[in-house]
Amino acid sequence: MPPFSQRKHDRVLLALTLLMLASLYAWPLLTWAPNRLLTGHALPWSRLANGWHPLLWLPGMLLLPAWALRPRRLVWLATALAAAALLAGLCGLAGAVAAEEAARTPFGRTSFGAAFWSMALLCWLTAAHCLTRLFPRHSSRSIAHLLLWAPLGLLLASGRMDELSVLKEYANRQDVFDDALWRHVQILLATLLPAIATGWPLGLLAFRRPALRQALFAVLNIIQTIPSIALFGLLIAPLAWLAQTSPWLARAGVGGIGMAPAVIALALYALLPIVRSMVAGLEQVPAAVVEAAAGMGLSQRQILLRVELPLALPVVLAGIRITAVQTVGMASVAALIGAGGFGAIMFQGLAGSALDLVLLGVIPVVALAVVLDALFSFFESLLEIRP
Amino acid sequence: MIEFSRVSKRYHGSLAVDALDLVVGEGQFTVLLGTSGSGKSTTLKMINRLVERDEGEIRFAGRDVRHFEPQDLRRRMGYAIQSVGLFPHWTVEKNIATVPQLLGWSYARTAARVHELMTMLQLDPGRFARRYPHQLSGGQQQRVGVARALAADPEILLMDEPFGALDPVTRAALQTEIGRIHRQTGRTVVMVTHDLDEALGLATHIVLMNQGRIEQQGTPLEILSGPASDFVRDFVGRSDIGIRLLALERVAQHTRTGEILPGEPLLSHNTLREALSAFVARRVDRLPVVDEQGCPAGTLHFSDLIDARHDAR
Repeated sequence: MPPFSQRKHDRVLLALTLLMLASLYAWPLLTWAPNRLLTGHALPWSRLANGWHPLLWLPGMLLLPAWALRPRRLVWLATALAAAALLAGLCGLAGAVAAEEAARTPFGRTSFGAAFWSMALLCWLTAAHCLTRLFPRHSSRSIAHLLLWAPLGLLLASGRMDELSVLKEYANRQDVFDDALWRHVQILLATLLPAIATGWPLGLLAFRRPALRQALFAVLNIIQTIPSIALFGLLIAPLAWLAQTSPWLARAGVGGIGMAPAVIALALYALLPIVRSMVAGLEQVPAAVVEAAAGMGLSQRQILLRVELPLALPVVLAGIRITAVQTVGMASVAALIGAGGFGAIMFQGLAGSALDLVLLGVIPVVALAVVLDALFSFFESLLEIRP
Repeated sequence: MIEFSRVSKRYHGSLAVDALDLVVGEGQFTVLLGTSGSGKSTTLKMINRLVERDEGEIRFAGRDVRHFEPQDLRRRMGYAIQSVGLFPHWTVEKNIATVPQLLGWSYARTAARVHELMTMLQLDPGRFARRYPHQLSGGQQQRVGVARALAADPEILLMDEPFGALDPVTRAALQTEIGRIHRQTGRTVVMVTHDLDEALGLATHIVLMNQGRIEQQGTPLEILSGPASDFVRDFVGRSDIGIRLLALERVAQHTRTGEILPGEPLLSHNTLREALSAFVARRVDRLPVVDEQGCPAGTLHFSDLIDARHDAR
């Protein structure tokens, strides 16, 4: 089989295109319900007719045959642009249809259907597939992604999608949403900073003392296996007792429920990847480099600061990235013990069986995780030794 | 310059170095030669205290090495190893400048020294100074490693199988280079190797080690012409001792001046071993010799090779 770049057809693109067609055929693009609590039913294609918009059919025409073209830079660029334009077109169409329906029935709710979500995912995969080939360097690829998806943000900000159900939920709960965002970021920082401050020295110590390493990883592994809800629960009693016996702790915000147990539990979970990445980073520093450094008269401290840590940094940063993404997700569950954040919005939606409210909590968590991942990947790529 | 007296080192109860007595003379090129596990590397690393001795005493410049701070001691000794150990995140010039920087040299002095060393080791500073180690070939990396070891003008250069990982051509080039540097600068060098020909070609003093003890030491000629034990005889190769002896002498020393012959000449700095090869390959018993400028210097007779061996004894 010839290497990938010499093959005439792009099988990945073909698969993605077929999946797009299948999902459009099988699932509804948009659903409509008479009010926010009822389950919607599919809007027929006829109601979407005003969507014969150039932003839909032009990129569609481009995407359909793209897999059969000889892979080269121009094709990849055009395909990535077409995928981004198609997703923007779908969002625009959804906004326009929602506005039309809202004019007819003010309490009716137009929501994204399964086909929309799968199309969004497939468009993103298509663009990512092409950008990876266009930009081998990670840092330039990150910037390309940013430019490609910026129009979607503009569309969202322009108000053209405001009549969609998720955004109506947002409009109704803007204050709650903003508080949740701030609180989520707070939980993230309050978890990461102490976890890093203890995890890095612990990792260093574990690297230097193999005996300690085994015991430490045994403990951290056990913590990792405790389900998060259980750990949140287990912390309620001791923290409540602490707050009762030392009032100054209570005044500082420590209690059986709220931020304190959430942050403690999340920091405990964060320790394992942080410590492990520090140890792994230091371990992959070549022994010959350390021996040469010692042989030339660098002190232990100089070897650590000038040789070991700089060479461990890419792995250490990758550890922070994984930890940050993990914490963003797990912080949602912390809403159960009153820590707030987007989890609170999700659980509110679940309790009221308002699916769009759940989405209002889920989407920003996913977005936050994706943005953090991209940000740290970008920093990591800056550290790559240039070939 | 360096004196070992009754130095021993144990690893997990077994003796790696056994009551070693050794003197490394100033300006000498001392080669610690032996098979793996003979204790030669351990001996070298005890000099700059990367390995601490268990018993005995090691003196450097008249003082016990334990009286130095390890860092100070190491900064006065250059150190090059087989796997080079260049810092992958630093450019070539920064790698070479490691020890000058530790010693607090000025920027101008450091830069001038880096430039000088790169030129000496035939690395074009304009092309290579700002490259990273992984952009260099193995031989270039080892040149940088040697330049780095020499950077702060150390009193002694320690090398642990520095050319072990290189291909034969690159290795020969670097051996020539290090021999030239030793002759030019007169610096004391201690090198570890298991390669007999490398030792014979470079050393002024060979220390042949076996199981943590010195089996025999002396000049290359002494080792080859008077093996002290069966071990030495086996190590230097019973059947090709003669050939190796020839490799120690140059054509120039045995040229008969005044006789001029036509034909493709030998160079006066060729070894007698190369001359033997030429005699056999061309099926002749005398060959013209030219000096380094290419001027006729005389002739070499086949029988002179045998005389050379007798002289050596």
